[in-house]
Amino acid sequence: MTLTAVAAAPAGLLGLAAGAPAPVGQAAGRTAGPAVAETVQSVDWAAVAPPAVAAGFALIVLVADLFVRPERKALLGRTAIAGLILALGALIPLRAADRRTFCLTTDPGVCSYTADRFTLVIQVLVLGGALLTALLSLPYTRGAAEGVPARRKGGPGPSGGLPAGGDRRLPAGGRGLPAGEPSRSGGLPAGEFWFLLLSASAGAALLPAARDLATLVVALEVASLPVFALVGLKRGDRRSGEAALKFFLSSVTATAVMLLGVSFVYAATGTLHLTELAQRLDAVPEGLGTVAKAGVALTLVGFAFKTAAAPFHFWVPDTYVGAPLPVAAYLSVVGKAVGLTGLILVTVVAFPSYADVWGPALAVLAALTMTAGNAAALRQPAGRARSAVRLLAWSSVAQAGYLLVPIAAAAYSGDDQIGATVAYALMYAVVNLGAFAVAALVARTRPLNRISDYRGLYATRPGAALALAFFLLCLAGLPPGVIGLFAKVTVFSAAVDAGLGWLAVIMAVNVVIALYYYLRWAAVLFVTPRPQGTGTPSAAEPGAPGGPEAASPAAGEAAAEPAGTTAARPGRARPAPVPLTLAIALTAVAGVVLSGWPQLVLRFAATTLF
Amino acid sequence: MLDISESVMQFLLAFILVAPLLGAVAALLPAPPGLKGKSPEQAVLRHGVTVTGAVLLATIVLALGFDHDQPSKMQATTDISWITALGVRVHLGVDGISLPLLVLTALLTFLCALHSHGSPPRAPGTHPRAFVALLLVLESGTLATFAVLDLLLFFLAFEMVLIPMYFLIARWGGAARRAAAWRFVLYTLLGSVVMLLGLLLVGVKSGTFDMVALATDNGRDISTSVQLIAVLAIGTGLAVKAPMWPLHSWLPDAHTAAPTAGSVLLAGVLLKMGTYGFVRIVLPIAPDGMHLLAPYLGAFAVAGIIYGSLACLALARPGARGDLKRLIAYSSVGHMGFVLLGIATMTPTGVNGALFANIAHGLITGLLFFLAGAVKERYGTADLDTLAGATGAALYGRAPRLGGLLAFAAVASLGLPGLAGFWGEMLTLFGAFDPAAGLSRPAFRTYLAIGAFGTLLTAAYLLIVVRRVCMGAKETAERPRLPDVARYEYAAWTPLAALTVVAGLWPALLLGLTDPAVQQLLAGGTS
Repeated sequence: MTLTAVAAAPAGLLGLAAGAPAPVGQAAGRTAGPAVAETVQSVDWAAVAPPAVAAGFALIVLVADLFVRPERKALLGRTAIAGLILALGALIPLRAADRRTFCLTTDPGVCSYTADRFTLVIQVLVLGGALLTALLSLPYTRGAAEGVPARRKGGPGPSGGLPAGGDRRLPAGGRGLPAGEPSRSGGLPAGEFWFLLLSASAGAALLPAARDLATLVVALEVASLPVFALVGLKRGDRRSGEAALKFFLSSVTATAVMLLGVSFVYAATGTLHLTELAQRLDAVPEGLGTVAKAGVALTLVGFAFKTAAAPFHFWVPDTYVGAPLPVAAYLSVVGKAVGLTGLILVTVVAFPSYADVWGPALAVLAALTMTAGNAAALRQPAGRARSAVRLLAWSSVAQAGYLLVPIAAAAYSGDDQIGATVAYALMYAVVNLGAFAVAALVARTRPLNRISDYRGLYATRPGAALALAFFLLCLAGLPPGVIGLFAKVTVFSAAVDAGLGWLAVIMAVNVVIALYYYLRWAAVLFVTPRPQGTGTPSAAEPGAPGGPEAASPAAGEAAAEPAGTTAARPGRARPAPVPLTLAIALTAVAGVVLSGWPQLVLRFAATTLF
Repeated sequence: MLDISESVMQFLLAFILVAPLLGAVAALLPAPPGLKGKSPEQAVLRHGVTVTGAVLLATIVLALGFDHDQPSKMQATTDISWITALGVRVHLGVDGISLPLLVLTALLTFLCALHSHGSPPRAPGTHPRAFVALLLVLESGTLATFAVLDLLLFFLAFEMVLIPMYFLIARWGGAARRAAAWRFVLYTLLGSVVMLLGLLLVGVKSGTFDMVALATDNGRDISTSVQLIAVLAIGTGLAVKAPMWPLHSWLPDAHTAAPTAGSVLLAGVLLKMGTYGFVRIVLPIAPDGMHLLAPYLGAFAVAGIIYGSLACLALARPGARGDLKRLIAYSSVGHMGFVLLGIATMTPTGVNGALFANIAHGLITGLLFFLAGAVKERYGTADLDTLAGATGAALYGRAPRLGGLLAFAAVASLGLPGLAGFWGEMLTLFGAFDPAAGLSRPAFRTYLAIGAFGTLLTAAYLLIVVRRVCMGAKETAERPRLPDVARYEYAAWTPLAALTVVAGLWPALLLGLTDPAVQQLLAGGTS
């Protein structure tokens, strides 16, 4: 089988979503070596298994959706989760040694797909992140499957977790909530959702393995295009559509700029393989120097868009708020990992000879990103609708800034710094998904999802409140979030090691700013909730700046509460759906284990990954 | 004194760090049958007393087992690799510098738990369960700060106290508690993040985070300019915590707002973390940098002494509406100024004085905050003007024992010879008379003069306080007798008062421990 055809296995099969770039990009890559077309490459199927399994299950789900009866759609979710677990399992045999495949027959040292340590760690991150997202999504999609039939039958759905949803909807509608709350009736269409999620995960898993620019761009598009659809999947929701459009436009612009950059680089060097590029960029012909430089700059700008780095971050909050909550969680973790992985591959592997260009640029970008993200997060009023997700969105922008620091440091002192980014990203993935999981849980009873809705969460759901407080402190980097602290320490030490003292100081100030809003949120969890029915906020806490704007909706909600809660008595809180509980428990346990044994993720910071 | 095998000592040291954490988790769980007590509140407060008591006991056994003939040697050491990626090792140990601080911490926490058992902390919407858990986490963090010998672990322990203290102030505090809690946590965090950068700089440049190895190196591997930056960064973090004028402004608010136990621990233990860091990290690891900055540190220290005293005088004035707790907080700024001055001299005399003043301040100010809390409980206010009225609060007449104790603590605080407060201040001033070679003598002589003047001001405001709070017109119908010292209060205060006397009469007990260790630290671990 030729390389073109095989590379299409992960990418091309998803052409439904990814569109045409796959074959075109690959074809462009091939023209470099005319002898390739005649010879047959051997393919290491085990190495490509992780993205391929995810892609295969995406197709299975898509086809199965046509044949599964509506009341059994929950099966699709389970299939998708099984697929992701299998894909994760496929990583285990790869631990033994680095593998490479899709190598040039003329030069077996030059390969398009590499499963080295870096690849595996990022694949664990994206597939694990997708798995947790899938757990978060189960309650959101299942509603679509069981909403109508379940009511016709008058019995509980398969899990029994959601029947109260029907009762809840009425007061919610009666209160005239803005359209676009995760109303259980609308739900997310199961078949499409799982297909898109798996496709995006397959692309995200392919990306870290890509070692030529064409595969990189294709993987990036496979990872992004399904997400546009996921963001816009809330039917009949104007906000969701708007979010998808914003995200789409900014992302497509980024791709266009990046492709232009890639084409310039190709024009200057005549190769797309990253390792070859690194060598040839050292000795670009005299007249092509400007083209190469422009190409490098444009490619970086494209990836900066994808990571939502500072001047290119404006789509983030609107997109996160408009998207279904699990999709926002996915975007904040896997989406970010995708952009960063691409950036790492391009800067450290392909363009090391231009380190004096991208090093300072990334350092400035990192400083801007963390400052912009933290400043905006700081200014989120707690009483604003969906302020919880908005805050997480801005905080994820800030965290992207921290993640960029070691990449910038790598320009000054070598590849090893990349490990700090990887370690930080692993920590961030675990705790951010955990925070989103708790947000999803709270959104079930408080659809507005304001930070003031978390007031007194400890009284009703002590487990979830403790978990969220732990996640927030990890994000802030304070004990007991030991892993968050040490992940930050590795980033700081990368900066100090590289001599980027000014960046370390800016980051230090940002850490303090971030602590303020994380701790403010964490403190709200343990405040006694206001007595129900009395609308006046007694003893207004400056820690939870509710203010008048927060008080009035809260009063309205409190008044509406009895109607909603009578169905769920006698328990004070309705039982949480099993998948959500599982997701919170998994992330919390992972966070605690990592806090006790930070070496688990920090070891990546100490060794070279490539 | 006792011959305890090394492995038992190791276990004891690990136990006093881990037991409070386990106790904190246990405090959040429902009480097991048989330990339920009269009520859940009572049960959990008793749990707090039990755990802190066990920790105190272990610390005392540790102190008895400590080889007093070799106080400069690290004892009960454990050294396990924890995070190899960062080179972080769980390296624990005690020497003559840290042992008194460990005992002080364990003692003060136990007394706070005992005091809370007698008068449970009350705040709307809170449960003593959380209070006890936070207290225990706080204890673990402070003990760890004094027991770890790894720079990054030190930072971790330093940060560990932030969250519990924040919640203690924000949930159980008095008026304006939230703002005060925020100010405390943001100031300290900003300081400690800067400190982290300094620690990383030291670690990166010298290749190890191990304090013992770094102290033995005595900064030989680090260039003077790097040392200078490191001292600036680390010193800023420690100076915020200590607190050094002008970075002290979080302290008065935090103390005024904090509940009694919070104030006691904040003054008695948390401030010591800053000065301990100076002695343990800055002095031995970056001596050249410290040498350059010592005159400035000394200047800030004496500015703090004068500033604290003047602020106290202003607060003690009739009509100033000064808060008693706020006044004690400002007096802490002055006392910690002496400690910092002693460190700035870089001489064994000065550093020994600083360490002595550290302990003395912990005992005396801890007692003062307990007493101020008791006064506030009885009068319903700590406002000096409201308390004193026209003639004075007449504590001698209305609650004679309480009044006597307050006068005793005030006199100890102003440095009366024979009590603990005296030796520390005298030794630091001695140190300033003859600073380390290379430091400007005229400058330090000036500091000596200003510091000595500060002791006069200290005496002035403390005597004013005693006059306004303890004396006054005879009791009348409107001014009945107040409940005098209760049993649990005796239990909590007697040890502090007794130790103040013991340390005042027998300073060699402490100095014998600290002096060899200080000599070794200043000489670069080679003496």
